[in-house]
Amino acid sequence: MPEILKRAKPLAVNPLKASQPIGAALAFLGLRRAIPMLHGSQGCTAFGKVFLVRHFREPIPLQTTAMDQVSSIMSADENVIEGLRVLCEKSGPEIIGLPTTGLSETQGCDVQRLVREFRRRHPEFSSTAVVPVNTPDYSGCLETGFALAVEAIIDTLLPTGRGPAPAADGSRQVNVLASSMLTPGDIEAIKESIEAFGLLPVVLPDLGDSLDGHLIDQDSTPLTLGGTPKAAIAGLGEAVATLVIGRSLHKAADLLRARSGVPDYRFDHLLGLDACDAFVLALAEISGQSVPPAIERQRAQLQDAMVDTHFMTGFLRIGIAADPDLLVALGQFLTGVGGEVVAAVASTRAEVLADLPAVSVRIGDLEDLERAALAQRAQLIVANSHAAPSAQRLQVPLLRAGFPQYDWVGGYARTWVGYRGARQALFDIANLFLGNHHDIPVHRSIYRAGSESDSAARAPSGAGLVRH
Amino acid sequence: MKTAEIAQLLNEPACAHNRNEKSGCARTKPGATAGGCSFDGAQIALLPIADVAHIVHGPIACAGASWDNRGARSSGPTLYRIGMTTDLTEQDVIMGRGEKRLFLAIKQAIDDYAPKAVFLYSTCVPALIGDDLEAVARAASARWGVPVVPVDCAGFYGTKNLGNRIAGEAMFKYVIGTGEPAPVAASAQRPGIRVHDVNLIGEYNIAGEFWYLAPLFDELGLRILCTLSGDARFHEVQTMHRAQASMVVCAKALLNVARKLESDFGVPFFEGSFYGITDTSQAFRDFARLLGDSDLAARTELMIAREEAAIRAALEPWRARLAGKRVLLYTGGVKSWSVVSALQDLGMTVVATGTNKSTEEDKARIREIMGEATKMITDGSPKALLQAYKDYQADILIAGGRNLYTALKARIPFLDINQEREFGYAGYGGMLELVRQLALTLESPVWHKVRAPAPWHAAPAAGAALPVAGEAHA
Repeated sequence: MPEILKRAKPLAVNPLKASQPIGAALAFLGLRRAIPMLHGSQGCTAFGKVFLVRHFREPIPLQTTAMDQVSSIMSADENVIEGLRVLCEKSGPEIIGLPTTGLSETQGCDVQRLVREFRRRHPEFSSTAVVPVNTPDYSGCLETGFALAVEAIIDTLLPTGRGPAPAADGSRQVNVLASSMLTPGDIEAIKESIEAFGLLPVVLPDLGDSLDGHLIDQDSTPLTLGGTPKAAIAGLGEAVATLVIGRSLHKAADLLRARSGVPDYRFDHLLGLDACDAFVLALAEISGQSVPPAIERQRAQLQDAMVDTHFMTGFLRIGIAADPDLLVALGQFLTGVGGEVVAAVASTRAEVLADLPAVSVRIGDLEDLERAALAQRAQLIVANSHAAPSAQRLQVPLLRAGFPQYDWVGGYARTWVGYRGARQALFDIANLFLGNHHDIPVHRSIYRAGSESDSAARAPSGAGLVRH
Repeated sequence: MKTAEIAQLLNEPACAHNRNEKSGCARTKPGATAGGCSFDGAQIALLPIADVAHIVHGPIACAGASWDNRGARSSGPTLYRIGMTTDLTEQDVIMGRGEKRLFLAIKQAIDDYAPKAVFLYSTCVPALIGDDLEAVARAASARWGVPVVPVDCAGFYGTKNLGNRIAGEAMFKYVIGTGEPAPVAASAQRPGIRVHDVNLIGEYNIAGEFWYLAPLFDELGLRILCTLSGDARFHEVQTMHRAQASMVVCAKALLNVARKLESDFGVPFFEGSFYGITDTSQAFRDFARLLGDSDLAARTELMIAREEAAIRAALEPWRARLAGKRVLLYTGGVKSWSVVSALQDLGMTVVATGTNKSTEEDKARIREIMGEATKMITDGSPKALLQAYKDYQADILIAGGRNLYTALKARIPFLDINQEREFGYAGYGGMLELVRQLALTLESPVWHKVRAPAPWHAAPAAGAALPVAGEAHA
């Protein structure tokens, strides 16, 4: 168990963390015909929107209650009611996510009460579900905001009162609660694995269906263009099992289990051979089917890649900075192939950090990562795009993971999970290492004639093409 | 910041159309608002000052989603690209520890990064709980001997535009006039050329685009005392009051700085743009005129003749490809008119332009440049933009990065004109990059492929494709 080093500086330098409201917004973006509206000033939304647009290279539906000076001081309750009304009237969404921000939380707004008030005043919009969630940005990070929103979605959209009921006989439905560490590419791969066992996945939230980046027939839509349908959320109780991926979702999973009565299988992540084996084993158990040959083949391919790349991944000194779920996933995956996590930084505290295979983990920023990586002579950095200048200063390669990835095309589509995802990650890491191999310093013997003037005396023809 | 102070900032006397109704400063509507806040605007305006430690005082949302995401380039220090925030915690907010954290944060920034100055940006939460930024700045500056400048720009004060003005006001209040420029180095003196000191206000050196122009300033003997704030240094901002003339490059953003430089220090100013050949040449002429140096005016005309001839020759092959193409322009404020000149220079037609964030002044200028017939679009929603694109039979949408994927999802050519962009378009040299980027997207072979249905679908999917410009669409 690593030592958890608390934040030790008054100033965060080169922040690693993204805020809870952005994480909550992201979770709502995984629901069909939905739009999140942040309860805060217009900047909260503008910044969040740019952040997500640059990462996904997609239009992002995101609105704001637009608190101004008067409403910030007096009361912004009417902003919430009015904002909900305008959204319902304009685009008739199925779901509106309503995360709060540091501003509205500091003001002391009761967003749940406001939703009830909206319901009372505007019964005509009853077909639009509204999911309020408290996500001040002075605590947590993107991952926790995402998890809080998933919990709120279940709380609001999964009917209570029916009580836990056993799944209908012969149900092939399997629920997946997917943490913010999973990319749209990951979600696609998870769904494929589940389908390979003849099961029907319902993913919450389904970013693989909404933010995978695909052109649609319509020119534009003011709402999400895919994601978990509202009806599917109400039907979560019809599943034979729930697969929970990511420790950050345990509270949401507890709620889902209590309310639906569906048994769950929990995985901290799906990176690397061991994690994938556990996942495949669970699918075999749930479906009662044996593991399909195609998956056996992929497993064998991953093993082959592990053997091929262990020369590069063995003893590899790695620095990682990420939200807790992803940090632990990457740490366990890379130590599982012989690497060493020599520098680890998490954006916030989480129980899962206890399982990080490292001596210590700092709750901090990318300056902390850079300093630790320098002190520990890290050979590879795994972090978001903001770490690119750090990696450059350290003269080590960067493998981009987490949010945001704005200087890298297709980061959102990358598949990390599953046997194939792990294999590609190993190839990429090995190639980064090979591309940055440090030669042993040349020694020019004092006894070798003319060696000192060697390069200077040579004619420059062909210079730069070959080394003479 | 007091309501009265905000009202004062919203009232910009140098704005020719400073009437009560200012659509540029319209009140925001819940559920139907786009665009950044005052903090955003203030940070954008000052962040390119490269040797300053920029500390965002607030919880993580403000800095976490915005640090190092702008395209302003520096020729030297890179300190401005280091993201700094007090990253306030719940305990800080509840217990009122924000000021103390900020005070120590300033020390940390000074100890670790040796900045020439520290700028503090207030955000919503500390403004709401009443952190006294000015007092912290004063105390920190006295304790550690480094200038510390408070910028009181909480997001809920208003729009990005207001934030720009707040930033300008802070520079005027705390920085401008606190330093003197060094004499012109002997090595930089050339016989027969009298050196004039000038300011550029509202130029951000996006993607390094000002470097297309900088050599021409050198050639003419125009020493740029300070650019507020592209590739700027703290000391340069201190000396702005000693300039002989200022050019306001982004009219509404920092007009208040130019106006006060004129009223308090007698520095005359003009408004102009470096987008397009015509406007670039006009800017140099305006400098010569304001500086009243006939020799400079003569040399300016020679330079303009030479540069215009060169760039027009270089653009000739591109003009044939771009002339007659119809542009839908949708950008905030100033760019709606400043880019028009560049497009007109290329023989392109601007069929409509967005004025949602434009001031009355910007709108007047649009009418002046493009004629009364130009359609002004106030609804910037993706749906409205795409409808306008169809209605006016545009060939390309030119807008900010926020609308980039709106255009791409609708399968239409796009040019990014805002601050996150990767390419510089300013000056004569920038025109070449501009035409290249315009042609690149307009002529791309991908449009046809993404508009055509899959071969196994007999008829095109409903609403899948906008008509392809200049060619019959199957």
